[in-house]
Amino acid sequence: MKNLKLIALLVIPTLFLTSCNNDDTAAVEEELFTTVTTTLVGGGQTITLTSRDLDADGPNAPIITVSGNLVAGTTYQGSTILLDETKNPPKDMTEEVEELGNEHQLFYQLPSVLGSITYDASNVDSDGNPIGLKFTLVAGGTGNGNLTVTLRHLPNKTASGVADGDITNAGGSSDIAVSFPIVVN
Amino acid sequence: MRCVILKLKEMRFLSVLFFFMVSSLGYAQVTITGVITDENGLPLKDAHVHIANKTTSTNANGSYVLSGIPSGKQKLYISYIGYAAIEEPIEISTDLTINRQMQVDITKLNAVVIQQITNSKSESSNEQILKNTTIEKFSNQTLGDALKEVSGVSILKTGSTIVKPVINGLHSSRVPIINNNVRLEDQQWGTEHAPNFDINSAGKITVIKGASALQYGGDAIGGIVIIEPEVIKKDTLVGKTILNLASNGRGGSLSSSLQKGNRYGWSWNALGTFKYLGDRETPDYVLSNSGNREQNFSGGFRFAKEKYNFNAKYSFYNAQIGILKASHIGNVNDLYNSINNQQPSIIVPFTYSIEAPKQEVQHHLAKINYQRWLNDNSSIDLQYAFQYNNRLEFDIRRSSANNDKAALDLELATHTFLSDYKTSIRNWKLKSGLNLGYQNNFANPKTGVRPLIPSYEKWDAGLYGIAVHKFDNATSLESGIRYDFSSIEATKFYLKSRWNERGYDTEFSNFIVGEDGNQWLTKPNFDYHNISANIGLKKQFHHEMEWLVNVSLASRNPNPSELFSDGLHHSTGQIELGDLRLKKEQAYKFNTTFKKDWKSLTLQINPFINRISNFMYLQPIGFETTIRGAFPVWEFKQTEALLTGFDVNTTWNISNHFSHELGMAYVNGQNLSTDDYLIDMPPFVMNNKIQYKNESWFNFVSELKSELVLTQNQFPNYNFETNIIVNNELSPVLVEVSSPPKGYHLLHFYGEMTFKISPKNSLTTSLSIQNLTNTTYRDYLNRQRFFADEMGRNIQIQLKFNY
Repeated sequence: MKNLKLIALLVIPTLFLTSCNNDDTAAVEEELFTTVTTTLVGGGQTITLTSRDLDADGPNAPIITVSGNLVAGTTYQGSTILLDETKNPPKDMTEEVEELGNEHQLFYQLPSVLGSITYDASNVDSDGNPIGLKFTLVAGGTGNGNLTVTLRHLPNKTASGVADGDITNAGGSSDIAVSFPIVVN
Repeated sequence: MRCVILKLKEMRFLSVLFFFMVSSLGYAQVTITGVITDENGLPLKDAHVHIANKTTSTNANGSYVLSGIPSGKQKLYISYIGYAAIEEPIEISTDLTINRQMQVDITKLNAVVIQQITNSKSESSNEQILKNTTIEKFSNQTLGDALKEVSGVSILKTGSTIVKPVINGLHSSRVPIINNNVRLEDQQWGTEHAPNFDINSAGKITVIKGASALQYGGDAIGGIVIIEPEVIKKDTLVGKTILNLASNGRGGSLSSSLQKGNRYGWSWNALGTFKYLGDRETPDYVLSNSGNREQNFSGGFRFAKEKYNFNAKYSFYNAQIGILKASHIGNVNDLYNSINNQQPSIIVPFTYSIEAPKQEVQHHLAKINYQRWLNDNSSIDLQYAFQYNNRLEFDIRRSSANNDKAALDLELATHTFLSDYKTSIRNWKLKSGLNLGYQNNFANPKTGVRPLIPSYEKWDAGLYGIAVHKFDNATSLESGIRYDFSSIEATKFYLKSRWNERGYDTEFSNFIVGEDGNQWLTKPNFDYHNISANIGLKKQFHHEMEWLVNVSLASRNPNPSELFSDGLHHSTGQIELGDLRLKKEQAYKFNTTFKKDWKSLTLQINPFINRISNFMYLQPIGFETTIRGAFPVWEFKQTEALLTGFDVNTTWNISNHFSHELGMAYVNGQNLSTDDYLIDMPPFVMNNKIQYKNESWFNFVSELKSELVLTQNQFPNYNFETNIIVNNELSPVLVEVSSPPKGYHLLHFYGEMTFKISPKNSLTTSLSIQNLTNTTYRDYLNRQRFFADEMGRNIQIQLKFNY
């Protein structure tokens, strides 16, 4: 019995000492997108479409701005950059998406009457599949609608239509989904 | 149809038997006395003696008295752990003395379980017990799968390997699990926190469908699960090895235990379990990334003298669990696609490897316990237990370089001290005790993801008293009361926008202690004082009929996930918000059981009413748009709830070889405030099992079980509309998150044979086939029903060596 009591005496304080340390550091979110900017350059115009969501998964909706209207029949060179603006200075996330191009693809959806979008052949991953950071937009007839920009993580890039920018069979999970209201004059 | 016919037959059988019983009324009653001794002729204390419908235990001198025994042909049954039970017919006409000497039974040692001072955990509520033989069948599965054998217990699953018990419609923090007198921590949170427990280390599992086991806590709103290890009190060394092989998952498990028993002096045990399974398969496809592994160890020793005993125990549970790859989704569009595609978006060929998303959970439990007998009738128990749980959840990270880094890292340390005093004076049994607890949860910020459950510290203190009064051999009244104090202080970063949206800026600004960019550092602090109580009656009537009735009041505090959740759940594509304003939940449960034994038929009916005020549940309140897209927002709300239902069990020994078992369970959950149904209530279930047994063929047993689960039609409609892109344009669609899947019917087969190799050694081989017909189905209580079907046919072979 003496031995047992001794063991008990030794065991209890050891266990109490293993209690955890609480520190008051916030988790630094590493994989955050706060800002998507799609720029359309063509016909002497530069149109910027921005969605900024500084509280990310928080309750505030993203602030969406579109700097101007498109002109019917014009061809625009499009590009998209992704930022994390909660960091100081803001962290450019575009590079990361490009480096891990095999795991990512951006999709652009526009009602067909308003125009058509094709990926630039220059922006491809190591398998030769599009990443979608660069594209060409040919504005169609006049009207208004939404240009939806979606970033899919781990899409099925070889599924039917995906390489041409059709999201239907892409699968994967959405990291970004933004709809920009646009007007074509 | 077959079930209905059987039921009719049973009814006829029942009425014939009933008539027979009634006609035997009016016989004389006699008193039987005697002394029960052990193999050395020494008196055996607490031996169980059962004659006709009367039971008692022997006192310190080994003697017993049973009065009111009806004369005529009766059955005498005497049992004591570690000894061969005595079962013989007796003819009684006058008062008799029956003395018996018991013999040690080595072959039956494995079926032997520990006995408490009071045999029951609760005198007046319905206890259902899973014995060793049933538990062993689930050696390759989980605690939840085994508990499903009890009618009224259903299971809540995430995939096929994360399984939680649901008692009368309630689960998690409403169903505490007590493992070896220690409350299991970590399982009280979300649905994907399975009990961290190796089923192979259980010797006996008791389910109490109410809050009446007050010594374990006052918060068992749904019920309580009590797990006890196997303890052998005979001086011998026994071993057991169970090997399981499963076709579905293409793996198995190996569990081996050694136990040195002893009534007095030293005894010890050790157990190790390894489990290794790959991807499970449905009838049509592979459930990619659904493999799991376990490496468990437990061991302990005990030193006993006549007046005291001391025991120490340590167990380590270590599991790696794959989560269906296709269940990781980004936003509501992805969820819509998953539901409508009817097939997981990622199906790859079978593999054993486990990738993200996955869980890695480690659970250590160490305890020391000292029990001292103050005299023949009183004892005092002291216990200290420490639990350390480390839960790592790996998600599919956007940057694959981060896939090796957990997205959730919780370190939960719990210390508890218990002291219990038990005594019995004449017709009274009294129990009282005190518990103290300290818990520390550390949510590691190095994950790079905001944790859903924050760091916190919690202190608990509880005090209880239970009294049982036996009016006579047939009637006993139980009543108990308990007080609990609990204080919790969390450390949590809130986005300022969230803090304001919740309206906390006006009510809880005193919790703010710091600032970090767009976040507040807060230290919310809450104290709770709770009273729980119960009163119950147990009445035995002639002719093996028993009636139990119990009313209990239970109180449960909001847990950290209900208070503090704020963020996105990647498996459901929803934002879940806790509420700092939540009050404690209180339940009044009325529970009654009728048991009737006929010669070959037993019937048990257990209706219940559970009225819960401030019932906490998740309800959708709208949408939030983020840069990732739109998400439905679910908020923890409180309502007035009413759960009603019943469980029915029958066993029927049709002949020496054939028997039949029926189990049925029904729950109706009402949300009284909104006049709607409660979400996630188990649908009606009916299980029929036919068994054929033939001892002369190497103890051959075979069973065919039919499991019928009806479609749940009682659900709240939380389906919502969202916009998805169709032909390059946004169009609205309905996301059916609350519609239950169709009901199903499954058949399961089980067969076993036992071969005696020598008097001490035996080998049991069994074959079981789950989902015999390879039926495709989905279950309402599976979190992954949106993504994939349930497992298809699974053929399992088990070899069990006793030595």
